[in-house]
Amino acid sequence: MILSAEHQRFQKEVREFAQSVIAPRSQEYHLNHKFVMENIRALAKKGYLGIPWPKELGGLGFDHLAYAIVVEEISRACASTGLTVAAHTSLGTYPIIKFGTEEQKRRFVPPLARGDYLGAFGLTEPNAGSDAAGVETTARLTDGGYIINGSKRFITNAAYAGTVIVAATLDRKLGKKGITCFIVETKSKGFIVAKEENKLGLKGSNTVELAFEDLFVPKENVLGTEYGGYRIFMETLDGGRISIGAFCLGMAQCALDSLIEWAKGREHSQQTAKAIADVATEVAAARLLVYDAAITKDAGIRADEQCAFAKLFASETAVRAVNTAISTIGFDTLKNSSTLGRLYQDVKLGEIGEGTSEIMRLIIAKEVLKAT
Amino acid sequence: MDFNLTEDQIMLRNMVRDFAQKELEPQAAALDASAEFPTVTIKKLAELGLLSMTIPEKYGGAQFDFVSLAIAIEEVSRGCSSTGVITAVHNTLAAWPIVNWGTEEQKQRYLPRMATGELLGAFGLTEANAGSDPASMETRAVLKGDKYILNGSKRFITNAGAAQLFIVFAKTAPELGSRGVTAFIVERDFPGFSLGKHEDLLGLRATANCELIFEDCEVPKENVLGEINAGFKIALGTLDVSRIDIGAQAVGIAQSALEKSIAYSRERKQFGKPICEFEMIQAKLAEMATKIQASRLLVYYAANQKDTGKPRFSQESAMAKLFAATTAVEVTREAVQILGGYGYTKEYPVERLYRDAKCMEIYEGTSEIQRIVIARNLLA
Repeated sequence: MILSAEHQRFQKEVREFAQSVIAPRSQEYHLNHKFVMENIRALAKKGYLGIPWPKELGGLGFDHLAYAIVVEEISRACASTGLTVAAHTSLGTYPIIKFGTEEQKRRFVPPLARGDYLGAFGLTEPNAGSDAAGVETTARLTDGGYIINGSKRFITNAAYAGTVIVAATLDRKLGKKGITCFIVETKSKGFIVAKEENKLGLKGSNTVELAFEDLFVPKENVLGTEYGGYRIFMETLDGGRISIGAFCLGMAQCALDSLIEWAKGREHSQQTAKAIADVATEVAAARLLVYDAAITKDAGIRADEQCAFAKLFASETAVRAVNTAISTIGFDTLKNSSTLGRLYQDVKLGEIGEGTSEIMRLIIAKEVLKAT
Repeated sequence: MDFNLTEDQIMLRNMVRDFAQKELEPQAAALDASAEFPTVTIKKLAELGLLSMTIPEKYGGAQFDFVSLAIAIEEVSRGCSSTGVITAVHNTLAAWPIVNWGTEEQKQRYLPRMATGELLGAFGLTEANAGSDPASMETRAVLKGDKYILNGSKRFITNAGAAQLFIVFAKTAPELGSRGVTAFIVERDFPGFSLGKHEDLLGLRATANCELIFEDCEVPKENVLGEINAGFKIALGTLDVSRIDIGAQAVGIAQSALEKSIAYSRERKQFGKPICEFEMIQAKLAEMATKIQASRLLVYYAANQKDTGKPRFSQESAMAKLFAATTAVEVTREAVQILGGYGYTKEYPVERLYRDAKCMEIYEGTSEIQRIVIARNLLA
C-alpha cells in the first residue's frame, strides 16, 4: 500500500503486536465462548482503544485511517477482538466526541479512550432493526432528567461497558423525529443486562439484551438535542461502517493468508490459482474502498456513499474469501478448532451488523440517484 | 496513500470529460455502425495533448503521470470505447516502449511526430497461433547486412489500419524460445510490410484492427528496440503498464453504462412509478456503482505504484485489469437488463457498451492470464 511513512510504521507495529499478542488467544476465546478481556487490556495498554481521539481526551491523536488499520490488523488476528474495538470506538465513543458538550467529552471520553471500561451503542430493538426509526424504548421527562423504559437487543460490549449511548423516543407519534440519544451510565439503577445472546460466531465478543426499568438519566446526559437523536445515530452508523469494513477486511485477509500458506510450495491446479487470484484481487479492492472511506472522513467530508461501498464490498468479499478458502483447502478446515472453521462462523455478521447488505444497497442507490 | 486527486488531475479530468461528451459520445454509435477509424478525432486528441501523455517535453510531449493517463483514458472511453483504446495503445503500447527502451536517436526520430499524431502507433505481438502464449510466435527476423529481414504475420492489431509506426516482436534466435525474441520499430512504408484483412469485431469496431504481414520486410538495424533477444522483457514490461489503461478503459465503459441506467430508470415508469423506485433496480445500481468505484481505486493504485517508482507492479496492474474487466462486462450486462427491450435495441447505447466491454476480458492478457500472474506473484 502507499500509506504515508508514518502510517506504514504504524501498520507494521500493529501487525506485529496483533500477530504476537492477539492471535494466539483467538481459538481459546472462540472454543470457550470467553470474552476477549485479556486482549482488550493489552490493547488499552497500547492506547489502541482511543486511536482517533485528541490527546487531551486520552486518545492517541491519530486519524481514522490509522484506526481502520488497527481494526483490520486486529480482526485478522482475532475477529471477536476486532469487533469489540470497532463497536467501542465507532459506536460507543464517537457520538460523544462528535455530538457531546465540552463537559460530556471531558467526563466520558477519557475513561473510554484509556480503556477503563468499554463503550456501547443501544439502538437495535426486537422490532427496530433495519427500520431504526421504529424505536419503542420510551423516555419521559421528569424532575432534572428522564425516565427510560424499554429494551434493546444485540448490543455489543454492553455487559463490559461503562456508558451506553441509548436511543429512546419522547413521542412515538413523531416517528424518527421523536428520538433522543442519551449517555446512560451502566451503574445506574434500572439498567439491566437481561441475557447474553447465543451467537453463530464472534463468540469472544459480548452481545447482550438490555432492559431499562424506570432508569433515571440526568438532563445533562442528553446527547445532542432533544428530538435530535435520529441524525446522531444515522451519522454514527455511517462512520461505523468504515470500521466494520476494516473488520471484514481483516477476516478476508486472514482467509487469504491461510490460502497462500497452504498453496505455497505445493503443486496446485489452475483452479487453485484462480481461487487465490480472485480472493486476493477482491481483498485488494476492499482495502482500497475501506482506506478511501477513512481518508475521506479524515478530510472532514461526510461520505455516506463511500462508507456504504466499503462496508458492502468488504463484508461480501470476506464471506466469499472464507468460503473459497474452505472449498479450496478442503476437509482440514472444516473443524470448529481450525482458523477457517472459526472464521466461517465469525464472518457472516459483517453482512448483517450496522446495516445489512440490503440496506447498504439502498443507501448507495439513493446517493447514486441523487448525484446525477 | 492519498486518493484525493491533485488539482491538475481534476482539471485534466474535467477537460477530457467535457471533450468526450461534446465530441466523442455523439459520434460513437455511427463509428460502431460503420467501423470506420475516427481519423478527424485523432487530430483533436493530439491538439489536446492526449496523444503525447507518455512522451517527455524534450521530445514535444506533454508527459503526465500514469494516474493522469488513467484518468484521461477513462474519460475518453466513457465517451467512446473505440477512441479510448486507440488513445491507450498509442500512448502506452507504442510510444512508451520507445521512451523507456529507445536509443536517443530513435526517440528524436519518432517521438516528436508521435506527439503530434502524425505518426500513430500500434503494437504487434499477438499472432494467429500465439495469443496467451506469445513465446510461441512464428514471426522470424534474420540479419542480412545492415538490415533485419522479417517474415511472418500478426493478428488482432489495434490501430493497425491507421498507424504509421509499429512495435513488432519477432524471433531472432528461435532455439532460445522467449529469450530469442527481439523488438523492432517498423514503419508503415518499409519494403515488404503490408496490412492483411480488417477484422470485423464484435465491439470496439472503429479501431482499425488488422492483420500485419511481413514478407521479407526490411528493417534497418538501428530500428532494433532495446537489446537483441531481450524483446520478450519489453513486451511483458509494456503490458504491465498498459493493463492499467485497459482497466481505466473498462471503468470508463462501465461508468457510461451506469449513467445510462440511472437516467433511464428515472424516466421509465411501470406499475405507476419510475422503475428507480423499485428496490431490485436500486440494488442493481448500487452493485454497479460499488464495483465501478472499487475498479477505479484498483486502477489508480496500480498507476500510483508505477508513478512512485515501484520496480514491480505486475500484480497490481493485473488486479486492476482483471477486476475492472469483469466489472465492465457485468455492469454493461445489467445496464441492458435495466433498459429491458429498449436496451436490446440500437436506439440506446447500452447494447454497444455490452459488446465493447467483452474485449476487456480478452485483450492484453485474458482474465485467466491475469489470474495466473496474480497467483504467481503471491506464491513466489
